[in-house]
Amino acid sequence: MIWVTQILNGVLLGGYYALLACGLSFMFGVMRIINLAHGDLAILSACLVFLIADTTGISPFVALIVALPVMAAIGWALQRWMLERSLRSGVLVPLLTTFGLAIVIENGLFEYFGADTRSLAPYIGDFAYDSWAITSNIYIGSLAALIFALAVVLLGGLKLFLSYTSLGRSIRATAEDPDTAALVGINTRAIYGIAAAIAVATAGLAGVFLAMRAVFTPYSGPEQLIFAFEAVVIGGIGSLSGTLIGGIVLGVAQTLGAQINPQGFLITGHVVFLAVLAGRLVIAGVRARGGLGALLARRP
Amino acid sequence: MSLLEVEQLDARHGLLHAVRSVTLKIAAGETVALIGANGAGKTTLLRTIAGAHRPAAGRIVFEGDDVSAVPAYGRLRRGIALVPEGRRLFAGMTVKENLQVAGTYGRPGPWNIDSVIEAFPLLRERLNRRAGNLSGGEQQATAIGRALMTNPKLLLLDEVSLGLAPIAVEAVYRSLEKLIASGATIVLVEQDINRALGVASRIACMLEGRIVLEGRAADISREQVTQAYFGLQKARQA
Amino acid sequence: MSTRRAFVVERWTRLSAGSTIAVAVVLAILALAPLLFDANVVDSLTTLFIYLILSVMWNALAGYAGLVSVGQQAFFGLGAYFAIQLSYYGVGVYPALLLGAVITAVLSLPLSLLMLRLRGGEFAIGMWVVAELARLIVVLDPVINGETGVSMIALNAINPESRRDYNYWMALVAMVVLLAAVFALLRGRLGASVQAIRDDEDAAESVGVRVLAGKRTIFVLAAFGCALAGSLWLATSISFQPRQYFGIQWTAYMIFMVLVGGLGTFEGAILGGVIFFLIEYLFGQTGVWYLVGLGAAGIVFALFLPRGIWGTIEDRFSIRLLPVGYSLRMLRSDPGPGSGAKTPQD
Repeated sequence: MIWVTQILNGVLLGGYYALLACGLSFMFGVMRIINLAHGDLAILSACLVFLIADTTGISPFVALIVALPVMAAIGWALQRWMLERSLRSGVLVPLLTTFGLAIVIENGLFEYFGADTRSLAPYIGDFAYDSWAITSNIYIGSLAALIFALAVVLLGGLKLFLSYTSLGRSIRATAEDPDTAALVGINTRAIYGIAAAIAVATAGLAGVFLAMRAVFTPYSGPEQLIFAFEAVVIGGIGSLSGTLIGGIVLGVAQTLGAQINPQGFLITGHVVFLAVLAGRLVIAGVRARGGLGALLARRP
Repeated sequence: MSLLEVEQLDARHGLLHAVRSVTLKIAAGETVALIGANGAGKTTLLRTIAGAHRPAAGRIVFEGDDVSAVPAYGRLRRGIALVPEGRRLFAGMTVKENLQVAGTYGRPGPWNIDSVIEAFPLLRERLNRRAGNLSGGEQQATAIGRALMTNPKLLLLDEVSLGLAPIAVEAVYRSLEKLIASGATIVLVEQDINRALGVASRIACMLEGRIVLEGRAADISREQVTQAYFGLQKARQA
Repeated sequence: MSTRRAFVVERWTRLSAGSTIAVAVVLAILALAPLLFDANVVDSLTTLFIYLILSVMWNALAGYAGLVSVGQQAFFGLGAYFAIQLSYYGVGVYPALLLGAVITAVLSLPLSLLMLRLRGGEFAIGMWVVAELARLIVVLDPVINGETGVSMIALNAINPESRRDYNYWMALVAMVVLLAAVFALLRGRLGASVQAIRDDEDAAESVGVRVLAGKRTIFVLAAFGCALAGSLWLATSISFQPRQYFGIQWTAYMIFMVLVGGLGTFEGAILGGVIFFLIEYLFGQTGVWYLVGLGAAGIVFALFLPRGIWGTIEDRFSIRLLPVGYSLRMLRSDPGPGSGAKTPQD
């Protein structure tokens, strides 16, 4: 029974990873940038909500209403002042600038907040610990379930938005061919700004939920970036529904790994990620040689 | 007043001087064919007019306003639409989405999805297919349709028949003739001199970045065009 | 081009030949430094050499092979870790330090099979995952005492004065050999091919450049260099904590050094290493503000001076001190400052 519970927890944790990975995947899909400051932006948002909740006493859920527009504005500004210029200098420069930004955010937050481990759990009352009994001995946490539902709604909503709204179509057209997009009247600069705003706002959303369900420090960002990246790659880069699957695979691998060894949580996640990469390369190699049939036929 | 005035326009690709002090006036309702060998600067000229390429010098005046500093999306909203060389459809989007996305930012006017389908009936069955999966002729029809969706006052067509089967070229030109008859203003780049002479009211021949021959289609002979094409007339340009 | 012009292809300019002699003189003085300078200077120079190794290695990866890695700390940490392991099993201190790097380099070879298939940002974070995984696995080793870490006890057996000098000479030799190796590689066949890869990987492949082989050589060399830097760091600090050795700050330092000095220029990486050393010396005590400054400076350089200090000087004055490229000189023209021409690197 412990295994069923663990797998269920892993799936729900996967929802968090999907929420976290959504913005990373989206920014890469539209702008071809892997934002190395993604995790740190999530933590920045968590710190912001913590500050609001701690000083004013209002609920973190309400504080989100303030924090998300702020994060969106940060995303927009980031695009305008940093990413746009980086992109002009080639594909490697955005990696360097976003890495620099990550270092600045982490250490800036440390300077302001110190090294203390914090959590938003005390600010959301019993909700942090509530759980529902599925059967007499299987429970799932209500917060974990909420996060999972939110991830599904966010990813699904984003997909619908991209398919059925004119702004969504403009984003897809810009992602595919910015030069031609401008020729059909799309202000690609504005589109990139909007895309960055969406990506950073969703990172901020994920960061706040991380802070509710667990603890964080100013230096938690890089780990979150790695989790998000692993979810994106496992699910297949550029696919929003793949991101959910990737998140679930990662979450289940980690919770099962933790059953084996306390260190197993992280190790299993990384190993599964590398195994998926290796597996994909083997499959691509087999295809390039004319498929599995041809390869077997060649054997004596 | 001319719809479009290009004054002393220069455009470069790095060290390559692709367009050299070109001056061109186009009145509303005209169909101008740009003729010239590969590398003569036709595509760069069209792209510079549309705002996709930044000029090195010179002015582009549209409806009396200097639009030289207006970005491509702004020129489209003023009524300049380009059908780029190689069609450049959004391959991952459906035909309908390709049309819709252009319709979002264009000017109001008679063109919408229904009227585009009327002009290009072959698209009716293809509306929900991915643009990347269409045949060459269907793609070209979609590309022209996409430009029309913006209800342009000036339509720039780059190599619309390139790489198409003869029957598809025929279909595209039949639609173009209807468009011309309706009073549209068009600049088209065409390699086939006979076809260009047949459809255009005015001809401009480009050679090494300059316009070396220009005049009403009726006044220009095929021989003159051929000579200009190969640079045999260079002496006359002054 | 119709007029006939005569060119000579040059590798050395008069200036670069002179600077090579200067380098030899500096090296001779450095070799004798422990006899000439006091202990603080010797310690500082040892640290500088380690930074130079890291800078030149990261520059070889990113500036020449187009591989932006944010996980080189994997090799830095593993080099130190294997040295500790070897020493634990009775291998002598300095052989263990060298062998630790060799083992790491051997391990990097199978790793390259997987990682070099990744492109751009995927490679960058993929390497970061590798570094994290390496740290987690190392922590499992009982010899290391988990996160607490361990000291290389055998180092304490050597008297501190001799140890300082041995460390210094080992660092000096390691730096000179590694820099010379990169220099030779970049001047050789591989240099032209990896630069072709960086400029346009697909095009390079299509004209017959063996893209993967070139990248792999650089990857393994950089793994070896970073691992040696790690074991040298261990030699100077004696203690090993996994989080410190496998920390992301090493990548931050490397990126800073290379961006400030000049991405893709051999001299720039060296200049960047020296600048970083001085900045750390002056501001290293200011704690995290110092790191904020490093990150911010990295951003500013990447955005506004992408060729770094040295790259900009090179572009403006066509100076080549240690030329890894080729220059074209027009024979019948005045060999003024503009005639150094461009290397094929951009």
